[in-house]
Amino acid sequence: MVDTLLPETARPEPIRQPGLGPVGWLRWAWRQLTSMRVALLLLMLLAVAAVPGSVFPQRRIDPGAVTAYLSEHPSTGPWLDRLGAFDVYSSPWFAAVYLLLFVSLVGCVVPRARQHWRNARSAPPRTPRRLDRLPVHATAVLDGVDETAALDAARTALRRRRFRLADHGSSVAAEKGHSAETGNVAFHLALLGLLVSIAAGSLFSYSGQAIVVEGERFANVWPRYNSFQAGRQVDPGDLPPFTMTLDSLSVVFDETTQGNQFGAPRSFDGRLTVVDEPGAAPRAARLRVNSPLDVDGTRVFLVGNGYAPVVTVRDGEGQVAASGPVPFLARDARYTSVGVVKVPDAAPRQIGLSGLFLPTAFVDPRLGPVSIFPDAKDPRLYLTAWVSRPGEDGLGLDSGVPQSVYVLETEDMVQLRGSDGEPLRLLLSPGATVDLPGGAGSVTFDGVKRYAALDIRYDPSKVWVLGFALLSLAGLTTSLFVRRRRLWARVSRDDEGRTVVEVAGLARGDDAGLGPLVAEVLQDVKTPSATGSTTPKE
Amino acid sequence: MAVDETLASLSNQLVYSAMLVYTGALGAYAVDLSSRGGSRRGESAVAEPALVAADGSPLPGASSPAASRPGVSRLGAGPQPEVAPAAERSRAGGIAVALTWLAFALHLGGVVARGASAGRAPWGNMYEFAVSGAVVVTGVFLVVLSRRDIRYLGTFVVGPVLLTLGLAVAVLYTRASQLVPALQSFWLVIHVSVAFVASALFTLAFSTTVLQLVQERRELGRSAGREQRRGRFMDAMPSSVDLERSSYRLHVVAFPLWTFTVMAGAIWAEAAWGRYWNWDPKEVWSFVIWVVYASYLHARATRGWDGRRSAYLALAGYACILFNFLVVNIFFVGLHSYSGV
Repeated sequence: MVDTLLPETARPEPIRQPGLGPVGWLRWAWRQLTSMRVALLLLMLLAVAAVPGSVFPQRRIDPGAVTAYLSEHPSTGPWLDRLGAFDVYSSPWFAAVYLLLFVSLVGCVVPRARQHWRNARSAPPRTPRRLDRLPVHATAVLDGVDETAALDAARTALRRRRFRLADHGSSVAAEKGHSAETGNVAFHLALLGLLVSIAAGSLFSYSGQAIVVEGERFANVWPRYNSFQAGRQVDPGDLPPFTMTLDSLSVVFDETTQGNQFGAPRSFDGRLTVVDEPGAAPRAARLRVNSPLDVDGTRVFLVGNGYAPVVTVRDGEGQVAASGPVPFLARDARYTSVGVVKVPDAAPRQIGLSGLFLPTAFVDPRLGPVSIFPDAKDPRLYLTAWVSRPGEDGLGLDSGVPQSVYVLETEDMVQLRGSDGEPLRLLLSPGATVDLPGGAGSVTFDGVKRYAALDIRYDPSKVWVLGFALLSLAGLTTSLFVRRRRLWARVSRDDEGRTVVEVAGLARGDDAGLGPLVAEVLQDVKTPSATGSTTPKE
Repeated sequence: MAVDETLASLSNQLVYSAMLVYTGALGAYAVDLSSRGGSRRGESAVAEPALVAADGSPLPGASSPAASRPGVSRLGAGPQPEVAPAAERSRAGGIAVALTWLAFALHLGGVVARGASAGRAPWGNMYEFAVSGAVVVTGVFLVVLSRRDIRYLGTFVVGPVLLTLGLAVAVLYTRASQLVPALQSFWLVIHVSVAFVASALFTLAFSTTVLQLVQERRELGRSAGREQRRGRFMDAMPSSVDLERSSYRLHVVAFPLWTFTVMAGAIWAEAAWGRYWNWDPKEVWSFVIWVVYASYLHARATRGWDGRRSAYLALAGYACILFNFLVVNIFFVGLHSYSGV
């Protein structure tokens, strides 16, 4: 680069470039990284890198969708997985982009902050010799006003507009708007603080999902969660020991509006009894969407709901082997729900039931049984039944291999068939009991309860994240709207002995208001009586 | 609470009427533009733009040497440039503005009636979002119009507004109803209304940027000695430098508002779902929009990226806004998918 700056005559022979060496290369890389151009490219790259996360299903949001995608795309799916397409925001390449961006930001902002610190404390620069060369410039002739008075008037006019002043003999220099750069630096440092807060928060926060059926009590211990994620600094054995009972969950669906809003939810309203810590007095609380329960910083959110049909299963010996509500997962907006009932204690043969719960049942000639309304207007259970071989653990619950409570492992089970040889289909309305063939037992559909799907979260970094976000917004706004301006006023005497006042201004970037400002200041100097009465406080 | 069907159908009629009046306004703006182009026929250079004429108020005491210097008038310090009075320039322009006000009143009435019919903020689904968003675009345009003569933008504002309304009525229409529980929050009012204003400003800025690029192309062509036959109406518009400056100013107001929109959305998400940021498709695209416009602001300050290149980034940002509203809402599954298309 250097030789291109030299004039042609200064290059008698080709210059031998000295080798950069490792330190030189590092310095070169650093200079590149902290250059505005690279920062800009990284910023654009960040936007592009974020997009795949909205196109492909993400594991941390919807792991089921990822599994479905992988089975639908057996050839491309695994490659996309290897590239991190299903974990975009925790993938190495995404991290590389934003970490490089932040390194670039630090390398850019820290020297700038240092420079700004010096500039903000130094006096306004001295008056240029030729004020009329500045972008905005205006003069006025003041007859009968002496030079000192005119300069005083200029000083007053500028100070009144909150300029910092410096006297330079027959002229005064004024500067204002350092807060723009302060805001700029604050904005960028706040973004850094935001990133650090988020990273620290992931160490100290935990979250878990749990399903609580009406009438059930939830104790905040991690085995009670259906899924649980915790940061490295969280001891899952030492969670805040609160309990809560879901007394009721009332749900309202739209029954009046026609069209696509028919059946849309209108209200989910949970009533809780909360015990904040062992021995504390129980208190009543409400739990609704947008209105979480707060127990000393741990927040409980109502994120879903569904139906838990109450089922009683008697085994081949006539004993009640299982009885209680079984949560079914809603599959569509009309709450067509799927679920399984596992009865490992049934003797002599274990029983497994799998099927659909329909809050308002309708048998579609093409689709089969579906729900046509989300509320439990006419509930039905459609089940198929499986049994183990006598005395065997066909369900595999004792095998030690973890399995989902919503999936029936049928590998070691035998499907029950009707007299026609077709797989047996049980259709139950509330209160009904159906005997299983072969003396395997019976199934009773006792009724329906609702359950609440809860998200329970603790994140101590939230307040920091919010603080830095607000700081960045304040800094951004300041940097974009505060104008950095320099003004100078000089008094002199013309050939005829009259006092001449020159006012000139310089702004950073485009500044439509600079011209009017210069004119106003000049006007104040011309008519000091207007400003004299409103002398500012120091 | 039941929905007031009378008010809901009144809202529909008002929206239809507004569309009719907008169509008239669009025609008037087009006539205004073409007559502007016609009156300038034969002049080779672009005259002092109307935008600055409204901005640079006559200044007492501004000295004549300063005013005679080129560039000073752009900063607003110079005397009023010679511009024909509005009435002489185009009667169509006046009609267009009057029709815009009328259409705005009808449109706003439609939005208010829609909200009143269900007793809530009128932006609970995509249809309402489009209609309410469009009224904010017109509103912001009229507010800016009352301060600066930006009638040259009229076609490029009323056109998109009319297009949005057409799309809303024909494709997105949803009957008035109560809100789903996820939307029952005062954050709906804060988050969405600021998103409207930001989007409206981005829309105006987008139109300005397109004009800037067209104008720049014409200027380059003219300086290369080619006569610019097509699009003579552009002759009546400000120079590309001035259009670029207007576009920047609009972006500079819109960007912090968009930042606030994203932050308010995060606060609401925390209250509703427990996570202030979850990379939901809508969040991803709001983030992408933010980053692209941040790139625009940085590019404008980077040598080699100012002017035309940064303008392209601004266009990309607006494309992301459209994508976020139209494609993400309808085709991407996420927590924002309650919009009821």
